Amino acid sequence: MTGFLTLLEKELLRFWKVAFQTIAAPVLTALLYLLVFAHALEARVAVFEGVRYTAFLVPGLAMMSMLQNAFANSSSSLIQSKVTGNIVFVLLPPLSYREFFAAYVSAAILRGLAVGAGVLAATAPVAGVAIAHPLWSAAFALAGCAVLGAMGVIAGIWADKIDELAAFQNFVIMPLTFLAGVFYSIRSLPEFWQKASHLNPFFYMIDGFRYGFLGAADVDPFVSLGVVAVFFVVLCAGALALLRSGYKLRS
Amino acid sequence: MTEAIEIRGLSKRYGTLRALDGVDLAVAQGEFFGLLGPNGAGKTTLISILAGLARPDVGTARVLGHDVLAEYRAARRLLGVVPQELVFDPFFTVRETLRFQSGYFELRRNDVWIEEVMHHLDLTGKADANMRSLSGGMKRRVLIAQALVHRPPVIVLDEPTAGVDVELRHGLWQFVQRLNAEGHTIVLTTHYLEEAEALCGRIAMLKQGRVVAFDRTADLIRRFQALYVRLRIEGQLPDALDARLVPQPGIDAVGAAAGVFLLQIQHYAEVESVLAALRAGGCAILEMEIVQPDLEEVFVQIMQTR
Repeated sequence: MTGFLTLLEKELLRFWKVAFQTIAAPVLTALLYLLVFAHALEARVAVFEGVRYTAFLVPGLAMMSMLQNAFANSSSSLIQSKVTGNIVFVLLPPLSYREFFAAYVSAAILRGLAVGAGVLAATAPVAGVAIAHPLWSAAFALAGCAVLGAMGVIAGIWADKIDELAAFQNFVIMPLTFLAGVFYSIRSLPEFWQKASHLNPFFYMIDGFRYGFLGAADVDPFVSLGVVAVFFVVLCAGALALLRSGYKLRS
Repeated sequence: MTEAIEIRGLSKRYGTLRALDGVDLAVAQGEFFGLLGPNGAGKTTLISILAGLARPDVGTARVLGHDVLAEYRAARRLLGVVPQELVFDPFFTVRETLRFQSGYFELRRNDVWIEEVMHHLDLTGKADANMRSLSGGMKRRVLIAQALVHRPPVIVLDEPTAGVDVELRHGLWQFVQRLNAEGHTIVLTTHYLEEAEALCGRIAMLKQGRVVAFDRTADLIRRFQALYVRLRIEGQLPDALDARLVPQPGIDAVGAAAGVFLLQIQHYAEVESVLAALRAGGCAILEMEIVQPDLEEVFVQIMQTR
């Protein structure tokens, strides 16, 4: 347990030492999104009846920021350690692959939650957001960050170079989060794109998280949580199998 | 008594490259052991398998009786490895780096030993400095401290003095010798053969993934009985001494032009016959030195012949 706690502490301190970049910057980005989109769309778009567009937008922005930063935390830590060679410091000790995985994913969750709290603190006063079902929001925040943390572990192990990881981030993570209904309800989409959105696991994370705030969602939150849980289990199994085999870490 | 390190039939391939080819080795507890070989001989692969950084295709490796795969937790707790590459985590200070490394080995309250290790490696003054700000030599010391932070009974140093200045090398060897005197088993790879000769009680030499020599250092040198006579003479080297002439690649022409020759003899008694041949050839001796073989000589001969 000490090994796991130490690796977790190291991972937390790693992003905390550059909190300006890892927490403050994504909070500012989310705030800018809110200001621009609220100004452009507040009076023109009604997503759910009786819900202001900004109140709809804020939970989506918060969740998108959480997901992106949870992914960035585990993936960037691993790729940096691999590229600089200091990954050896966590490969030489008697850490099990489960401890290794748990520490990286836990740190990713905590970074995601810190960013989410920051985004909500910065945007909620502007948008006047209330939380209808806090436990639902907390469950989706936790599950979403865990999924992206696990995905970051896989990407960090797989990538050999920083630009490979950047490609994964820009061509997979960014489109999936942007097209997951952060800025719109999928009900407003043509039928084909509505169906396509249901294949995007990020959609369920954002929709479920938003349900906790608004008490309204595109999909039943139990279904969303089930989808996210299955996705998490699959990613965990994949990441643990990679770590156990030593893929790209132990030759 | 259980061997500190026991390697049996170890083989490892990387694609078509056979990095290790059926290596058997045993290092006794408390030994100061040298692992020598040219670049690409398999030294680092061997150390990587011991440390769990690489997995063997065939064979077993044990640290104090614990298999490095099946009992990896026990094996890794007993082993401290100083990697060859000068790696560091740029986010942290020296003290943070050592505390984390200690924690990975499940030692939470280890500050007294961490301070002691820093003191012995002259790192105390830099304890709160970021790793990025340290010189190469200081970073090397931190790597050594990281390997010692869990007080491993077996310590593997993979070329720890590469690119390190003379003062640090001396300080480092004093510290490592002290650890050895306290009972730690030391396994060393180095390109500085005079270091291996001075420090290591036994030596294994690797070439193309195979052990080509494995003996006590003194016996290894003794086995190469030859002595050498280095001469600077006036005149031509008599034909009678041609058979004793030791080729010195690259310096033959220059050496001959300057009248400098290296002759091989088997015993001191043969010095007289060399002198007699020189007298008979009418050569005046300007300088003469009898040279005993050292480990470097032995190393070169083994690598050329086996």
